[in-house]
Amino acid sequence: MTGMESGAADQSLPVRLLALGDAAWTIEFGTRIDPALHARVLGLADALEQARRAEPGEADGEGREGGAGCEDFAGIVDVVPTFRSLTVHFNPLLIDGQRLGQALLRLAADAGTASRKGRHWRIPVCFDEEFSPDLNDLAQSKGLSREAVIALMSETTFTVYLIGFMPGFPYLGGLPALLEAPRLASPRKAVPARSLAIAGAMCAVYPWQSPGGWRLLGKTPVPMFSAGNAQSPSLLASGDRVCWQAVDRPLYLEIEAAAQAGAFALDSLLLVPGET
Amino acid sequence: MPGVIEVIDGGIGNCIQDAGRFGFRHMGVAVSGSLDALLARCANALVGNGPDCACIEIRALGPTLGVRHGLVRVALAGDAGALLRRGDGAALDVPAWSSITLATQDVLEIGSLAGGTACLAVSGGIDSPLQLGSRSTYQRAMIGGIDGLPLVTGNLLPCSVHARRDYREYRAEPWRHADGPIRVIPGPQAEHFQAESLELFLNSAYRVTPQIDRMGVRLQGPQLAHVTPEAADIVSDGVTPGTIQVPGDGQPIILLADCQTVGGYPKIATVIAADVPRLAHLQPGQSIRFCAVNAQQARQALLEREARWAAWASGITFALPNADALYNDPNSGWVCAD
Repeated sequence: MTGMESGAADQSLPVRLLALGDAAWTIEFGTRIDPALHARVLGLADALEQARRAEPGEADGEGREGGAGCEDFAGIVDVVPTFRSLTVHFNPLLIDGQRLGQALLRLAADAGTASRKGRHWRIPVCFDEEFSPDLNDLAQSKGLSREAVIALMSETTFTVYLIGFMPGFPYLGGLPALLEAPRLASPRKAVPARSLAIAGAMCAVYPWQSPGGWRLLGKTPVPMFSAGNAQSPSLLASGDRVCWQAVDRPLYLEIEAAAQAGAFALDSLLLVPGET
Repeated sequence: MPGVIEVIDGGIGNCIQDAGRFGFRHMGVAVSGSLDALLARCANALVGNGPDCACIEIRALGPTLGVRHGLVRVALAGDAGALLRRGDGAALDVPAWSSITLATQDVLEIGSLAGGTACLAVSGGIDSPLQLGSRSTYQRAMIGGIDGLPLVTGNLLPCSVHARRDYREYRAEPWRHADGPIRVIPGPQAEHFQAESLELFLNSAYRVTPQIDRMGVRLQGPQLAHVTPEAADIVSDGVTPGTIQVPGDGQPIILLADCQTVGGYPKIATVIAADVPRLAHLQPGQSIRFCAVNAQQARQALLEREARWAAWASGITFALPNADALYNDPNSGWVCAD
C-alpha cells in the first residue's frame, strides 16, 4: 500500500482518545506508519503547544462554547509524538483527566496537519568499513555496489517520525525501498554509539552503545544527545528532515574531536542557518 | 560550608531520586523519579523537607554513609533499619519512621532490605547537580545522581547543614499502602487481546519473576492470547510507568519509572496513579492480582490516597530522643538547646 492510499484510508478513521491509565491520554490518528498520519500528529502537537501558551480564554476567541483555553491544559507534564499518535502525560492531581481528554479531542478535530516544516539538517557520516559492518552484505543482497548504497543513503532526505526507545534515538522514515532489509537474525550485543543503521523501512542513529539488531552502515561524529544542552539535549526532533553527508575519515575524526571538546557548533549542520 | 555525606559503601541498587524528570519524554528521556513517591514524601516530611527533595532510594543492600560535615538530619521510610556509629564510638539502632540528627564523623549503616524499596531523606535534600531539571539518576543516559550512576564508594553527597541545633526528633506511624488487587484501567490496546484473555488477566494470580529493575517487572502466569499473532506487535506508541505490555509470549511486563518512552508491544492495561507506588514493593515469587476500575474510580482512589497521606503527615509528632541517641557534645547540655 502506498503512503498516499493508506493516508486517505486512515484520514477517514475517527480520531480515537485512548486511556493510558489515569495520567495520560493517547490521541490516535491511525495504526500505521504513514507520513500523512504523522503530519496530523504534529498538527495536534503544534495546536496544543499554542493553546498551552495562550492567555486564559484567548484560544476561545471565537466565543464558541467548549473552546479550549490554556486553563484546560494546565497540569500537562509531557507531550510525546509518535508515528501515528500523540501521548499527553498529565498530573491527575492538577487537572481533571476527563475534561482534558475532551479538550484534546476538540483540539484534534480542528488541528489539521502541521503548519511548520521541521528543521533541515545535513549530518556527516563516515562509511568506512570499520564503521559499516553490514554495508557489504546489504549491497551484495541488493545487487548493488558499496558506492551505490552510499550514494542512495546520501541522496535521500529522511524525516524524523519520533525520538524514542532511548534518549535521542531518532526513527527516520524515507529509506529508499531498494535498501529495505529486515533486522539481523541475531542482534549485536553492543552497537557502537553514533552508528547509522537501517531496519525495515526505517533509518536511525544509535546515540549510545547498546544492544541492537539494526544493520550498521556508517557512523556519525556528531552526538545525538548532549545532556549538557539543557534546552534541547536531543539533536533531532519529530518532524525534522535529515540528509547524510558522506565524509572521509580525516574529516570524521576532526569533527568527532571538536564535538567531544565541545567546540563543534551543531547549528552549522542546519541547511537553513538559524532555523529553530 | 555545605554539608557533605561520604558514601563509604555504595551497597547495591541505591540511587538518588527526586520527583522525576518532566518535559523531556518527547526526546526519549525516561521520567525516572522515586519508584515509590509516597515513601519519598514520607521521608522528606520527617526531616522537614518539601515533597520533591532528592532522596536516596534503597532497593537491595543499603549504603553505608559517613558524615564529613554536619549536622545533618536524616530519616528512613520503608521496611528498613540502620545502625548508627557515633564518632565517639557509641552505636545505636536507628528505626525507620523517625528522624535522627547526625554529626561530623557519624556513620550510618543501612542494612539489606527484606524486599521492595525504602527511602532515606536528608534535611534540605541531597543537593547533587540538576540535570535536565532533575536530580533523578537515569543510568541509561548517564544523567542525574552523581555522574549518572547508582551510589558508589567515594561519592560525596552535598547537602545542607542542619544549622540550628534542635534536639527534637520527628516520628510517625509507618505509612501503609492500600492493599488488595492492583487497580488498572484497561487499554490502550485491550482490543488486541481475545476477550477471554482480558478476563483471564483480571481473574488470575500472576507471579513476580526475579526480572525486576527500575525499568520494569516481568510477571509469569496464565498466557494471554492476542487476537491474531500480528496483534502482538503494534507501531510503537506512548507508554508510561504502570503500563502493562504483553509481548508475543503472552506474559505481562509492568513498566516502571525508568521505562522507555514508547513501546511496540500492545498494552492490555495501565496501573492507576494511586497504585503505581505500590509497584516499587513487588518481590520475586510474590503473587499479585489485578482489578479493573473506571476513570471515576481511579480519581476517587487517588483523592482518597492523598487524604490518607495528609492524615499520616498530620500525625507526625516530635519528641526528645533517648539520651544515648543524642549527639555527644561536651559544650552543650541537651536540656538547654541554644
